[in-house]
Amino acid sequence: MSSLYVHRRRTSKVAMALCLAATLFGLMWLVMILFTLFWNGFAGISAEVFSQMTPPPGSQGGGLLNAIAGSLVLTILGIGIGGPIGLLAGTFMAEYGRWSRLTSVIRFINDILLSAPSIIIGLFVYGAVVVPMGSFSGLAGAIALAVIALPVVVRTTEDMLLLVPTQLREAAAALGMPQSYVVRRITWRAARTGLVTGFLLAVARVSGETAPLLFTALSSQFWSIDLLHAMANLPVTINNFINNPDPNWKRLAWAGALLITLAVLSLNIIARSLSAGREHK
Amino acid sequence: MTDFATRAVSIAPGSAEGREKALAAFKAGDRLFSFLTKIAALTVLAMLGGIIISLVIGAWPAISAYGFDFLTTQRWAPNARPQPILGGLGPLYGTLVSSVIALLIAVPVGLGIAIFLTELCPQWLRRPVGVAIELLAGIPSIIYGMWGFFVLGPYLADSLIPGIIDAVEHIPVLNVIFAGPASNLSLFNASIVLAIMILPFITAISRDVFSTVPPVLKEAAYGLGCTTWEVVRNVVIPYTRVGVIGGIMLALGRALGETMAVTFVIGNAFRISSSIFAPSTTISAAIASEFAEASDLHQSALILLGLLLFVLTFFVLAAARLLLMRIERKQGS
Repeated sequence: MSSLYVHRRRTSKVAMALCLAATLFGLMWLVMILFTLFWNGFAGISAEVFSQMTPPPGSQGGGLLNAIAGSLVLTILGIGIGGPIGLLAGTFMAEYGRWSRLTSVIRFINDILLSAPSIIIGLFVYGAVVVPMGSFSGLAGAIALAVIALPVVVRTTEDMLLLVPTQLREAAAALGMPQSYVVRRITWRAARTGLVTGFLLAVARVSGETAPLLFTALSSQFWSIDLLHAMANLPVTINNFINNPDPNWKRLAWAGALLITLAVLSLNIIARSLSAGREHK
Repeated sequence: MTDFATRAVSIAPGSAEGREKALAAFKAGDRLFSFLTKIAALTVLAMLGGIIISLVIGAWPAISAYGFDFLTTQRWAPNARPQPILGGLGPLYGTLVSSVIALLIAVPVGLGIAIFLTELCPQWLRRPVGVAIELLAGIPSIIYGMWGFFVLGPYLADSLIPGIIDAVEHIPVLNVIFAGPASNLSLFNASIVLAIMILPFITAISRDVFSTVPPVLKEAAYGLGCTTWEVVRNVVIPYTRVGVIGGIMLALGRALGETMAVTFVIGNAFRISSSIFAPSTTISAAIASEFAEASDLHQSALILLGLLLFVLTFFVLAAARLLLMRIERKQGS
């Protein structure tokens, strides 16, 4: 009998030790990836990275200024298109059609688009924008990013608006406020932190995306903020530079990779602490 | 309230006429706003329709040229004359096999982490460890690709893979699956990178569904004298099975469509090899590396591959959502 107890306790100990090992194993990857990135990235960072254009192959020096600027433009434009549409769509789902069948269909489709392969979005925008316009363009890249950002914003907006207590809306409506004012002046304001979090998460999501830009914005070696032409951007520049034997290009690629990762991770952490601050209240 | 409205539409307050006008303005504004939100919501549906239509139109030349043979042909010769010979079997095989191997690695590890976080971990450590694992999900996929290419690939090819090849040299079947030569770029390397990438999804969802188990159930099992492992195995996992499977399907959906990380490490070889240590390709890697230079039928065939990938991930993700919705409803009731 006692051997059965010993056996059960030993099995439990072994299983729990394996769970601990799994956790250490998972954390190990994070540490290793970040170590490689910081080691190579900081070696490549210098003031020129932020002040000079991408260099031609085989030359020394140069920076990533045009790629950084292009990435900023694409991200801002992408969120500028996708964000408001997502905000309105999420508002519809939480405020106007909360119990309607349409909302559950949209929620289902939106959740699928949220995880859809980003390269497919690239193919879609290539067919829908690049082919009709006749050339690769920054605009097409921004639209691709908007398509990726939209489901993120829809999801967080709906979730956050559903958290707003119904009594707030009822009180405003009882005072005679029309519904559109209730939504904009009461519900949105009450959920402001949550809505900002959603936008931040969307920025974090799109700023590291490479696949949808490969054949929409393409890339460029020069200073280019003309939206109707191929536009330099960090992810595609990294992709092109890292696959090249030129050591200078490789150095810049790691520096760019570090910049993107730092930006994405800090956005994630800010968004997380914003929503954590809400929970404590 | 009408004061506020008359100010908003700049009509003299107090007058009966102004009140009428203000109410009319309210009504019009209301209708306009609800119309706008509805249009925005329908945009989501339109996007799905647009994706499907644009992929089908782009893929049509390849569909009519190859038909069902596309799914059974392995040869990928875009420069063949008079007409390119293109078959999607290689990338389909690579996509499915790399995702399945990634799941085989990531599911036990991810569940282990989730069990650690919900059952073992001291309260103060839960949040930091959880956030650290979720940060893995935030790292852009191109970083995984670079790391896999420069760090993991050389390590695997120099130390781990030769060891495995030697160990299984005389065992039938295994010596075909794990056959040399070792290479920096391989299906195996891509699977490991994918496993690391989907780990946070499995962990986060399993942790969330594990925490839906009513404490009473666990306490009852402990009260009967169960060990921690027996509680997990006989109470927590049976109770949350549907949700866990949903999480795994969601991770599978991610793995099937992952692009940049895989493109760096898989080697872009369309030939199917019996060894997982040989280079291969996936649908997304094939599109990422060839699409920009492709034209005509070659381009159309790549779009057809994209359409197949979209259909595949659509069904996997839809199944995942339906399963997760079931557990949400259970929690709600």
